[in-house]
Amino acid sequence: MKRLFLGAAALAALVLVGGAQAQQPINVKIGIITDMSSLYADIAGPGSVAAARLAIADFKKLHPNVNVEILVGDHLNKPDVGTQLANQFIDVDKVDMLIDTPNSGVALAISQVAANKNVIYIVSGAAASDLTGPKCNANTIHWTYDTWMLANGTGSALVKTGGTSWFFLTSDYAFGHALERDTMAVVKASGGNVIGAVRHPLNTNDFSSFLLQAQASKAKVIGLANAGGDTINSIKQAAEFGIVAGGQSLAGLLVFASDVNALGLKTAQGLVLTESWYWDMNDANREWKKRWDAERKDPSKLPTMIHAGVYSAILHYLKAVVAEGGAKDGKTMVAKMKSMPTDDILFGKGTIDPNGRKRHPAYLLEVKKPDESKYPGDIYKVRATIPADQAFRPAKDSGCPLVN
Amino acid sequence: MFEFCLPAILGGKCIPSAALFGQLLIGLINGSFYALLSLGLAVIFGMLNIINFAHGAQYMLGAFTAYLLLQLTGLGYWPALVIAPIVVGITGIIVERTMLQWLYKLDHLYGLLLTFGIALILEGVVRNKYGSAGLPYTLPDSLRGGQNLGFMFLPNYRAWVIGASLVVCFGTWFIIERTRLGAYLRAATENPTLVRAFGINVPRMITLTYGFGVALAAFAGVMAAPIYNVSPQMGSELIIVVFAVVVIGGMGSILGAIFTGFGLGVIEGLTKVFFPEASNTVIFVIMAIVLLVRPAGLFGRRA
Repeated sequence: MKRLFLGAAALAALVLVGGAQAQQPINVKIGIITDMSSLYADIAGPGSVAAARLAIADFKKLHPNVNVEILVGDHLNKPDVGTQLANQFIDVDKVDMLIDTPNSGVALAISQVAANKNVIYIVSGAAASDLTGPKCNANTIHWTYDTWMLANGTGSALVKTGGTSWFFLTSDYAFGHALERDTMAVVKASGGNVIGAVRHPLNTNDFSSFLLQAQASKAKVIGLANAGGDTINSIKQAAEFGIVAGGQSLAGLLVFASDVNALGLKTAQGLVLTESWYWDMNDANREWKKRWDAERKDPSKLPTMIHAGVYSAILHYLKAVVAEGGAKDGKTMVAKMKSMPTDDILFGKGTIDPNGRKRHPAYLLEVKKPDESKYPGDIYKVRATIPADQAFRPAKDSGCPLVN
Repeated sequence: MFEFCLPAILGGKCIPSAALFGQLLIGLINGSFYALLSLGLAVIFGMLNIINFAHGAQYMLGAFTAYLLLQLTGLGYWPALVIAPIVVGITGIIVERTMLQWLYKLDHLYGLLLTFGIALILEGVVRNKYGSAGLPYTLPDSLRGGQNLGFMFLPNYRAWVIGASLVVCFGTWFIIERTRLGAYLRAATENPTLVRAFGINVPRMITLTYGFGVALAAFAGVMAAPIYNVSPQMGSELIIVVFAVVVIGGMGSILGAIFTGFGLGVIEGLTKVFFPEASNTVIFVIMAIVLLVRPAGLFGRRA
């Protein structure tokens, strides 16, 4: 665990400049609970810390009286470790807010801790839509994306373009089941049908047996309701078995820019997927990526939507802190954040639903062919923009008790 | 079309017999990876009495070396298949000379802990440098495409994997069990002092054997790179299964490692069809049963 203090020299300079304004100093402590060392370290992890630093630096330009300290904890993808970290951050380190957490299992556990101890918790990294569904609470905001958004974006788009019959390869745990359930619902609602599904254990190395079953099903679309290494292995081996060449198409239901990098464009080309942010979409994002690169100090990495979400969420939180005149308890801060419209350079204008669901547009993307990619990181074509009001589940359908 | 059904007591699921052939073949192919990896482990355990927990990390290093050769020098799959095992084998030799050789007289546990530590360090260093998502490595052009066998589409690469694995496995078995060099090696394991008295440099032979076992892991790593995700954790995901294979086959038994590797690949493949959720536990269930009935493993010599 690292304590990251902002440079003392920079602080001194800001005190000199800001002194004339004679504003009350506001101190805020943020705990980032993420995966620093394992399979989700590239989609969140150190990149999320870099994004948090950028948000704080940008906010301090406007509000030099706000001092933010960041603490980082590694949850090792274990719900018990995540819960213990959250407790320690809240009880011992007295943090005002917790953020990030790739891994739905860990995020659901921390969400409970945040509610019990009345601290605000913003999820950028995890996917399960249950966080704003039956398991929602008044202390949690789900920021960047969720399984409903992924299913809705990719599922309905593919059914509309002729992918009317589906076969699922599903990761056999909470996240995979949620993604499969949400996507099946969308496929059926859009007029498609589900032919079959096979559940594979988490971290499966060889998918050839499952792919043969999918191939034999003659379904037009093979939906990959899995993530990370499992998705990469499925896609790599699907190419080998000539699945796409044989006329079936693959739907990556949760694919990050870093996964596309791991596959290479030659293998991943043509894959359709949904994300809520892509670095190369406009000048503001490209400009932000340069600053993120400088902070991340690893030219081989790409910023993901989770990183952008951490940036955007911290900015909005700090705005609410200033509006409240200081970092208050979790329920107060969440209520304040819900009452204010969101606005930042990465996601544009947005809102937060009563169930804690942050709402912004999502993008249907297609992986470029190798000869279409002009520079490293040039990986997606934007096929469609899904407006904010359609991109996420309507609050009234969420089953969240906070919605009346 | 004929159908193959499970007995009703096992759920009674049916699949067409053509699909069953396909799944059997797939199982054999996956089994050839298990066989290659467990072969290296069996050689190292049989000859050195070291439980080489770094085997998964060395397999991962093989795949990463192939990636680096391509990125830094432009050397493709075929040269990598020769160079990567040599490079990783040399690192194995360094490990044996500097660390492992002091542990032969101690309990197995010390070697296991040392190699486990080495595995964690290797994995951590690679993750720190290359991240966790993995690196791209594509199929060599000469092995793209595949054959339609009627009952399934067999990618050329998989056919190559099964062929190469069979040659390497039985080649290794032949050298150790049927040649003069192998006889020296086996004699050195039984009674190193006596073999030394005949003027044979036993420590050097042991070092080279470890290097060879490690090179086998790296060879499997290069074979895996085009079809599996090349990531720092690729080895640790596989190594536990491979250990189970070695235990079922009988620790240190080379033929045992080969036959169990292929056999369990087939059983796992069938489980993926009939009970997919259980596919990563079935090997451990078999291991438990085998240990109860034959504690030394199916091919183990000593009880």
